[in-house]
Amino acid sequence: MKIEWYIFLSIALFCIGVAGALTRRNAIIVFMCIELMLNSVNLLLVAFSKMHLSDVLPNAQSAINAQIFVFFIMIVAAAEVSVGLAIIVMMYRNTKSIDINFLNRLKN
Amino acid sequence: MATTQILFWFLSALAIAGAIGVISCKNPLYGVLWLIIVFFAISGHYILMNAQFLAIVNIIVYAGAIMVLFTFVIMFIDLNEHPEIPKNIYIKAAGLIASLCLLIVLVAALSHTSDTRIEMGIGSGVGLIKYLGRTLFNDYVVPFEISSVLFLSAMVGAVIIGKKEKEEKASV
Repeated sequence: MKIEWYIFLSIALFCIGVAGALTRRNAIIVFMCIELMLNSVNLLLVAFSKMHLSDVLPNAQSAINAQIFVFFIMIVAAAEVSVGLAIIVMMYRNTKSIDINFLNRLKN
Repeated sequence: MATTQILFWFLSALAIAGAIGVISCKNPLYGVLWLIIVFFAISGHYILMNAQFLAIVNIIVYAGAIMVLFTFVIMFIDLNEHPEIPKNIYIKAAGLIASLCLLIVLVAALSHTSDTRIEMGIGSGVGLIKYLGRTLFNDYVVPFEISSVLFLSAMVGAVIIGKKEKEEKASV
């Protein structure tokens, strides 16, 4: 399997995530799109980790480091989700809505 | 076509279909279900690439913990009372065009480089928990411990943000 297919798959998933984050107004769906983008980046990192096991660039330590990096990204994503969902719940309590346009009032 | 390739195309199609389902669904609950499909497809890719540990962690953490949290919040919020007001059609079109431009730029930039033609390595024990654990607890002990502090702070932060309103109401 050539690495380019994984690169294109990750790009496609990332761009779908960007499109969702830009076009939707529901805060939960925007948040899910951010999770989607994080996952596409994880997929690409794992693909690059396997690239370091190929005959061209044999370096097993780099491959292991890449997978550990993905593990840390998952840790940060889990922490981010807990705080983000708490913020969404607080936003719902204050405005009775989860429309991100209501966050405009943070400007003043 | 080899079995690996068939599986790759099947899982890719599943992931992209799920992602499109996430951004086009009306009800966030269906969005969560689509997103779980995407996560399972990505876990399938990990298994295909011999990263077994990450595949299991992806299912446990994302499809298990995070999606349950999302579902819990969606159940907690009454969405039928406040349906989503669709965005202005021009803003929607602008968002779609912007993401399409990003897609075109990235694909065009990466499709002509020679480095992307590298054949990926197969079959080795790198993805097994034995090797990953050894590296994690030898070279990455400090980041691992810092991540536990990060989790603690996230937990405290979530509790404080979630509780604040209640206390104010109680004091009034």
